[in-house]
Formats: sequence, structure tokens, C-alpha cells
Amino acid sequence: MNFWGYKRADGRAGIRNHVLILPTCACGSETCRIVASQVRGAVNIVFNSGCSDVAANTDISQKILTGFACNPNVFGVVIIGLGCETVPHAKLREKIQCMTSKPVVSFGIQEVGGTLKTIEQAVRAARDMSAQANLQRRVECDISELLLGIECGGSDATSGIASNPAVGELSDRLIDLGASTLMSESIEWIGGEHVLAKRAATPELHNRIIQICTDYEAHLKAAGQDCRAGQPTPGNKDGGLSTIDEKSLGCIRKGGTRPIVEVLNQAERPTKRGAIVMDTAGYDISSVTSMVAAGCNAIIFTTGRGTPTGNAIVPVLKVTANAKTFSWMEDNIDVDLSPIIDGRLTIADAGSVLLEKISDVCNGRLTKAEAYGFSDIAIDHVCRFV
Amino acid sequence: MTNAILLDAKDNVATCTAPAPAGDTVNVLGGGSLVCNEDIPAWHKVALKKIPRGSHVIKYGEIIGQAAADIDCGAWVSHENIFSVPRDYSGEMI
Repeated sequence: MNFWGYKRADGRAGIRNHVLILPTCACGSETCRIVASQVRGAVNIVFNSGCSDVAANTDISQKILTGFACNPNVFGVVIIGLGCETVPHAKLREKIQCMTSKPVVSFGIQEVGGTLKTIEQAVRAARDMSAQANLQRRVECDISELLLGIECGGSDATSGIASNPAVGELSDRLIDLGASTLMSESIEWIGGEHVLAKRAATPELHNRIIQICTDYEAHLKAAGQDCRAGQPTPGNKDGGLSTIDEKSLGCIRKGGTRPIVEVLNQAERPTKRGAIVMDTAGYDISSVTSMVAAGCNAIIFTTGRGTPTGNAIVPVLKVTANAKTFSWMEDNIDVDLSPIIDGRLTIADAGSVLLEKISDVCNGRLTKAEAYGFSDIAIDHVCRFV
Repeated sequence: MTNAILLDAKDNVATCTAPAPAGDTVNVLGGGSLVCNEDIPAWHKVALKKIPRGSHVIKYGEIIGQAAADIDCGAWVSHENIFSVPRDYSGEMI
């Protein structure tokens, strides 16, 4: 199975060809938004820190920013910084240029002389980059180049019963075809971690999965939070999920059944192909942010209660098995899997439906969130600002 | 009559696919039927047997929590009457 994508110099393949307008800090975010709105083919993200952060927070946000720039769905990058942030524009540009050969330019608002002058220069740069991007043609790429992120959010009891198993079936199919999938949200392994760990390809990976859950609980405890008090969320409880264990046992089904070949830290790029898991927050926007930074081409997102979320760099394909949610929020959700609940669609057939949908998205079909231009982002952090 | 989904033969709860009013017959897809003794919202769980206080609540064939009070057969099982118990992570290491 192949798809039509954009070949990158590093050998990876993109399914979109965006010019990314990337802020180094919160003070550059608004300028980025204005620049992106002026140039067809450009997308921007909003970054709400970059300054006054502890080193551990800077580490995570730098991984996210450089990961976004390196994502194969990105053709080139226009960086906009302020000038006094922790990692200024030229430094971020150099870091990105060490990781990728794609076009990268950068501007500093203080250096250029204010936002209007920066907008003018950055729009010109983005315009030229977008013109160049449009000359690149889609070529046939092997499915093994695909990295699909797997996410759930706004879960209810239908998620674990139907939509997550259907996505698990999709994941198994993709892996059998040679592609890779990435599942995250490690706090939502708790209570099901012993089941997930059984899929680990080695004892080391098995123990790493258990350790991640141990450490996550300890981290939250140090901040005075019992993970069992924050999970499930109020919406999950209204949707019939009573404990974190029940939520997790449903959540992990979206990862399928194939052996887990790699366990990644947050926002880290995979080195293996197959079923991969990553230690991230259970907060869906933050988890998607980290998976996009790791290089996912697309995200499949299951929901029970409904969510509008989208990402600027990768298409987010949303599916639900809750018939009421699909009909009520049809403008936000791409695929109705509720026939699984009625017994009219088997999990195996749902896997075939999703494979076709993902194939269409890879070949250029816009998801609903993508067509609306949504750009949600949340970068995980470990500590207060200084 | 309301349908409920049983996910594993070991489970002592099933998930209602529509709101089940008190006194309604719940048809458990995957095994038998029972009468629910209180209103159960859609996608919430019904107890398939009496679950005494302190005993395990099972769904997916796995423990999802412990009963905080005696739960009668046909009762609504929710975050109000079950709770999560801490994991034995060190015992899970291989």
C-alpha cells in the first residue's frame, strides 16, 4: 500500500507541504499569526512561553519547537522571535538547521524595529517559501514512511467499547503493512499498564512502561495531586467512566495488539518502525503536540463526548462511536463508528473503513478540523515560571 | 427494554447503550437479562450481580475498582460507589 506524499531530504515523507511560521516565544506568537494569515500555504502555531522558564521546561519546549520544524509535513520554516527570550531566533534557527536541510529563515522583532517591519519582512520570506513549496509534487511513497499518532479525548464508555478497538484494528493493519503508529498519554495507562506492558517486545520495554506509570504518579504526588482525583475527568464520569483504571483499560485498546518495539520520552523522534508508545500527559492537546513534534504525519483521534481539536501541522481525523455525539457535533467529527455499537459493523470492518479514511487523508483530503484551520497546541511543563 | 454490552465473561458489570429507567429489563448482549432497580444513564454500568463492599468491580475482564458500598444486582455502578485502588507497580516488574 502506498500514498502520495512529499519526499524530504532526510528520507521521510510528508502528507502536507506547509510553510510553518514559528514563534520562539509568546511575544512572537501574534506576529506569526498575522504573517500566516497573509500567505496562502502558511500555518502558524501559538507558543505561550519561551521566557522565564526553568531549564526543564525550556528543554521540553525546545524539543517541541524543533520537532515541529522537522516534522515531514513542513516544507520550510519562518521563525519570529523577540530578542530577549531564552532561546532567540538565530539560535533556534541554527538548532533546526543542524537537524534538517529544509529552508529556515528567522527574524527578531527588536532587531528589525517592531512588529510591522517584522511582519513585512516575514511575509516576503513566507511568500517566497510558499511559492517554492507549490512547485514540489506529490510522489508515490511507501506506507512504511507513515507514522500515525493515536489519540483519544473527551472519552466516554463508547470509546473503550468501540472506537478505540476499531483504531486498534487500524493500528494492527498499518503495522502489518509496514507503517508505524504512536500511542501516548501515559497517565491513561495507569490501571491498564500491566495489560499494555504485555505487548512489550522485550523485558526492558515492559519494565519501562511500568516505570513511567510509577514516576508519573510520584511526580503528581510531589505537586500535591492524587492522579486518581484528577482522572477520570468530570466529562468522563458523566460519560460512564468511573475510575482511572476503567478509562485506561479502554484507552489502551486504541494501540492495537502488535508488539511494542520502542518506548519514547515526550516529543522524541522514533528510531524504530512498528508499534511505538510515548510518555506524555493525558491532556489530549498536549499529547498531540508531543506526537507531532516526534514526526507524526497524521493523528487519528477517538472521542465519545465530542471535540473540535485540530493541529496546524498534521491533520487530525476524529472518530466517535457515540451516535448522539456524531449527529450533534457532525461539523467536528469525521467518521461515525456507532454502527459498531448496534452490531451493524464489526471491529474488523471498522478497521477497513478507517484504513481507507487515513489513506484519503494521506493523499490530501482535508479533515474537518484542518479545513477550519484549527491550530491547538499545549506544551507540557514541569514547574512554575521564574 | 434496554440493551447492555458485556465485554468479558468475567465481568460483573455491563454497559447500558441507552438510558434504562428503574424497573426496566436490561438485555445483556453476551449473557442473560435482569431488571435494573434505579435509573441508569446511557453508557453507564449496571451491576450484573451483588457486589459486596470492598470487592472488585470487573470490566474488560480486569479490575476497574473496588465497591465503596454494597451494590445490589441491577444497581447503577458509577464513580459514586466504586473507587480506584493504588497499583502494585513493583510487583509488576519482570
